[in-house]
Amino acid sequence: MTWETVIGLEIHTQLKTKSKIFSGASTEFGAKANTQACAVDLGFPGVLPVLNKEAVRMALRFGLAVNATINKHSIFARKNYFYPDLPKGYQISQFEIPIVGNGAIDIPLDNGEKKMVGITRAHLEEDAGKSIHDLYDDYTAIDLNRAGTPLLEIVSDPDMSNAKEAVAYAKKIHALVQYIDICDGNMQEGSFRCDANVSVRRAGEGLGTRAEIKNINSFKFLEKAINLEVERQIDILEDGGSVAQETRLYDSIKNETRSMRSKEEANDYRYFPDPDLLPVVIDDELLKEIKDRLPELPTEKKARFIDKLGLSEYDAENLTSQKAMADYYEIIIDKGADVKLSANWVMGELSASLNKNQIDIQDSPISASELFNLISRITDNTISGKIAKDVFRLMWDEKRSVDEIIKDQGLEQMTDVGALESSH
Amino acid sequence: MSLDKKQVKEIAYLARLSIEDVELEQSTSELNNILSLMDDLNEIDTGDVEPMAHPLHMSQRLRDDEVTEENLAEEFQAIAPKIGKSHFLVPTVIE
Repeated sequence: MTWETVIGLEIHTQLKTKSKIFSGASTEFGAKANTQACAVDLGFPGVLPVLNKEAVRMALRFGLAVNATINKHSIFARKNYFYPDLPKGYQISQFEIPIVGNGAIDIPLDNGEKKMVGITRAHLEEDAGKSIHDLYDDYTAIDLNRAGTPLLEIVSDPDMSNAKEAVAYAKKIHALVQYIDICDGNMQEGSFRCDANVSVRRAGEGLGTRAEIKNINSFKFLEKAINLEVERQIDILEDGGSVAQETRLYDSIKNETRSMRSKEEANDYRYFPDPDLLPVVIDDELLKEIKDRLPELPTEKKARFIDKLGLSEYDAENLTSQKAMADYYEIIIDKGADVKLSANWVMGELSASLNKNQIDIQDSPISASELFNLISRITDNTISGKIAKDVFRLMWDEKRSVDEIIKDQGLEQMTDVGALESSH
Repeated sequence: MSLDKKQVKEIAYLARLSIEDVELEQSTSELNNILSLMDDLNEIDTGDVEPMAHPLHMSQRLRDDEVTEENLAEEFQAIAPKIGKSHFLVPTVIE
């Protein structure tokens, strides 16, 4: 029996605003519990939410970056459920008319081709607070600092057919939101969170029942969680059972997904338009201004790397896959280094060392201008490419400059004919 | 459209309202009276009217992205039923 997998992702991105979506409380991460939760965030009687302009602009930036329909008239709704970290008893979200409608993004496939993944919608909403279950024996502790933090929830079409594609899509969105500077992309701090809707079907049949997997906080776990869930559903169906439509929690320690029963009875959210908030109207002038100010997008940067720098499709895709890596590479190129040699060093030696030590490129112990110096010493024939790798190691370990290392170790190549002759 | 007693019980549960069985009959009939008003409204031809999400013909005012709130945690926690060091405490919720 051949099984097909159908995956859609819901990605919650925390927007990089200074203040909350409906209040003037700070969104800064890591503050003492409940010191950044004001009367609006706590849902006190008589308070009124007022929408943050910057959150709206950031949502529009995303919409324009994925060529989406912008709803010039969008509505906030109340999503009703009871949970201690949601003081009002409802989350302000968008339901019927989200600010961003249909769009699409291309993802790279393993075979070098690309696939277009549809974006169903992206809507603005407020985050809930945090429940901490292991701080007190007999109580759940609630920190409402996160309550009211602006989120853009990006919902994909069910266009992905395996875990690898889902990861490729998530990485594309992750890179894009950093390119357009609306989200810091920090998955450990929960600024970028994925939920996966997974179902399987026999080849050629209609859609199967889906399960929603929550609590996935890394790309590695996203792949694992989806593969586990696909296996679980196929096992059930092959044994003649049926898959329940439910929310499941991914447990990265036990490497399993399990049912979140508490969410089951709550899936009737009884959405209705929030009477505290008027419709959001976007005028053409604002839209044009945001469009004009949109930074170079990853696809545009990639095209420029291919057309203007003469890089291969593969190199250009790789270098633009993270904004910080593209920035690093461009510093080197702007100083006049050889484009292909620089690409090889950034994607090769540097990336390998960063991966091995689990360091982000923005925290690299070797700065872009230091790597430029090393590459220059290769192109001016001071050292060979092979020696350069040894110098790179020393730069990484000892944080010394290229020229210092070359001098100390006596690594200059003898390329001057006169010097060669006189040494005989 | 009308609701039966079972549906009213479910809605009450979702809204965390406690309705005693003796009240159920009355609540159901009151709710159904309201719903029948909706049926009356539905008879009006609104084909030419643009749908509204709010009774006011206005659009949402936006505020600048600035931190304007100070930390009032002490005042807020003074009226909370139970607090820890800095957290609000509620009966254990297990996922």
